[in-house]
Amino acid sequence: MAPDLLTLTPQGLFCPAGGFHIDPWRPVARALVTHGHSDHARPGHAAYLTTPQALPVIRHRLGPITAESLPYGQPLAIGPVTVSFHPAGHVPGSAQVRVEHRGEVWVVSGDYKTEADGLAEPFAPVPCHAFITECTFGLPVFRWRPQPMVIADVAAWWAANARAGKTSLLAAYSFGKAQRLLAALPPLGPILTHGAVEEINQILRAQGYPLPATTRVTPEITAKTHPGALVLAPPSALATPWARRFEPAEEAMASGWMAVRGIRRRRGLGTGFALSDHADWDGLLTAVKATGAPRIRATHGYTVPFARHLCDLGLQADTLQTEFTGDDTPGDGA
Amino acid sequence: MKAFATLFAVLDATTSTAGKTAALADYFRTAPDADKVWTIALLSGRRPRRAATATELRTWAAEAAGLSPWLFEESHAVVGDLAETIALILPSSADIAGLTGLDAVIRRLIALTGQPAEARRAAILALWASLPPAERFLATKLLTGGFRMGVSQGLMTRALAQATGRAEADLAHALMGDWNPAQTAFGALVSALETGAGSRPYPFALASPLEAAAATLGDPVDWRAEWKWDGIRGQIVARPGAFALWSRGEELITDRFPEFAPLRDHLPEGTVMDGEVLAWDRASGRPLPFAALQRRIGRKTVPKALLREAPAQFLAYDLLEAGGEDLRAQPFAARREALDTLLAGLPPGLPLAASPLVTFYDWDALAVRRQTAREGGTEGLMLKRAASPYLGGRKRGDWWKWKLDPYSIDAVMLYAQAGHGRRAGLFTDFTFAVRDGEALVPVAKAYSGLTDAEFAEITAWVQRHTLERFGPVRRVPPDLVFEIAFEGIQASPRHKSGIALRFPRMLRWRRDKPVAEIDTLEALRGLLAADRGLRAPGPPRDI
Ligand SMILES: [Zn+2]
Ligand SMILES: [Zn+2]
Repeated sequence: MAPDLLTLTPQGLFCPAGGFHIDPWRPVARALVTHGHSDHARPGHAAYLTTPQALPVIRHRLGPITAESLPYGQPLAIGPVTVSFHPAGHVPGSAQVRVEHRGEVWVVSGDYKTEADGLAEPFAPVPCHAFITECTFGLPVFRWRPQPMVIADVAAWWAANARAGKTSLLAAYSFGKAQRLLAALPPLGPILTHGAVEEINQILRAQGYPLPATTRVTPEITAKTHPGALVLAPPSALATPWARRFEPAEEAMASGWMAVRGIRRRRGLGTGFALSDHADWDGLLTAVKATGAPRIRATHGYTVPFARHLCDLGLQADTLQTEFTGDDTPGDGA
Repeated sequence: MKAFATLFAVLDATTSTAGKTAALADYFRTAPDADKVWTIALLSGRRPRRAATATELRTWAAEAAGLSPWLFEESHAVVGDLAETIALILPSSADIAGLTGLDAVIRRLIALTGQPAEARRAAILALWASLPPAERFLATKLLTGGFRMGVSQGLMTRALAQATGRAEADLAHALMGDWNPAQTAFGALVSALETGAGSRPYPFALASPLEAAAATLGDPVDWRAEWKWDGIRGQIVARPGAFALWSRGEELITDRFPEFAPLRDHLPEGTVMDGEVLAWDRASGRPLPFAALQRRIGRKTVPKALLREAPAQFLAYDLLEAGGEDLRAQPFAARREALDTLLAGLPPGLPLAASPLVTFYDWDALAVRRQTAREGGTEGLMLKRAASPYLGGRKRGDWWKWKLDPYSIDAVMLYAQAGHGRRAGLFTDFTFAVRDGEALVPVAKAYSGLTDAEFAEITAWVQRHTLERFGPVRRVPPDLVFEIAFEGIQASPRHKSGIALRFPRMLRWRRDKPVAEIDTLEALRGLLAADRGLRAPGPPRDI
């Protein structure tokens, strides 16, 4: 039996035939990076390869790096191996990685979602023999409502707060979720942004992604200067002195984890919008089926039950333990 | 069901009492009357009889969702709540109208009780399919029982008062007792009821734990002290044509304690007493261990032998109504005198006495008396302001419970299980063991007493150190030591250790303590012997 095209090393996922890593977490010679989230784009690699759409955010976050870009769908030979990037629909510029060697094709999903969000390049299934899939929300309790319905809820919440003379403080991951909300929400009032969100806005605007006008929060901006505003901030900014200037305010968070009441309450949030940049249960199963792959390796999330369920469905499935799994507590970016 | 679901969402999202009250008052103004009655019933702890067991619900839901039982259980462990798991896991089309009202849903559920399993299964699957997820969650909550909405009875009464314009106190009284929501009209429920009508009890006055030094309460002359008994708090109601014993949980328990029936003939009409039901050792004049009373609680009819072994006694604290007159506005000292006078006029031999007052002239002397509480089979002292009226609910300032410090032991964690509700996804339910020679013997389960940050840290540790998984339970290496506090100890043949601890909780995480220094089963047995009075009274506070 031929050795696996992709294996796990202490540095991360590795292709021995091509001598490169995918989303490695420790410094390596050559890293293919799926997108700019910090659990995928790590500092310290000698050379980076990513999509042209993902590169500006990665450069912004990692500082000076040696990087090349490869457009979606364009093959590149690395030794005897051919690699290409394909849209993952997770955040703007995010990619799945297709790796082909002697007719055998493996695909690494990176983070992905199957629903088109109007901003990120929509997910495109890639046929393969082995599919390494994330499964952050790999349990059947996670099933998202269509984006327009969730956005309608967010808009109604914002409008009701504005009517009650309150600011709407919405926590969302600063790269991806925040911009997705911006692009989808109707223009109900002024939109203020935390610096972490605004920096990404500026980068994506410069790339040509369509984002509405926003105002960065500066010291003189308060609830009084911008009544009825929506404030987009990373979750860590909630319940800090920074947030206090917007009182009276209502707080909410947009994340897939908000689908579960207990998690919502533990975060001390009454209001939560279940809006995720990861595939839900149905999305994961659809994506797995669409690859036609007989072999599935689950990583990143509820790996054990998800792989077991795929085995029940007759697939050859197992788990791939990465440094970021084994942890079933909710994190950010979800 | 939609109005109720909206109300629930608002209550769930709001932490401010004013916000919750406003939302409830608004609901009471606008919802259909029949739904309001059920909402009041649910918020005051009444619920329809269960139409299905938890096992049936999980099985039916997993089948309907096309999922293996193991996958359902994995999901349940993450979500933490059975009803929510079911609501999330079932397929749902986005555009279900959810037109059924709360009253209609509950009546459908009530009609199912006692039907064959297949009929109940079909009806519940149809109900689930007809509701959007938020309403499906609430309907399933009605089926599983545990309905908590973060609304106290007091808050609900206030909202109802705002919506109806009726006095809060009148409403609180009107909502007591055993009214049946299926047969009660909203108008009748909140309309003026004669005070003292029927067998209705009064809202119980509750005490707060005394945390400050007793001397901060001021002049001892303004206070009365009595023992804090460890029984069932209750009210005896004797009115024309009615005699009832109510528990604090508003449960009618008259028939469980037939020894009180003779009181009916001896108490003057229009008498309501607040007090404690205890299993009583007449020979020694002290209560039997709580375990004896426990044998009585579970039984609707009492065998003769049990009546002999664990006879009940009512120790009266307070007189709330005399000669049909509501005394609650009078000072405690006056009510208490009236109580003593009333009891003095009764023939001897009745299972009824006043809970004795503990006389004291300075706080230090009272503190010394308090240390002897366990000798008398009590938990400590109650302090009541002599001038205080009898106020329903927990109003701080007039009534304090000054309990003995709890027992405590150091024990090691053996198993961890994920919590529910607000703490879903965190490991919060632990099983603790003490040493028995070389072995570790589980002695207690506890799930409260630590901060969220500590639970989060322990959760990360459990995830890294799981040795074995049994469904939602993880076995971990015996490394983490905790100080466990508990209120009492009793022999228990059902437990491997032979003992059971009452109300165990985590006092603190002892990072400083090595596992070698945890307590032993021997020490616990010694404590049990001391607690039974086989040794000298006054067991040590710490072992
Ligand atoms: Zn990501
Ligand atoms: Zn990720």
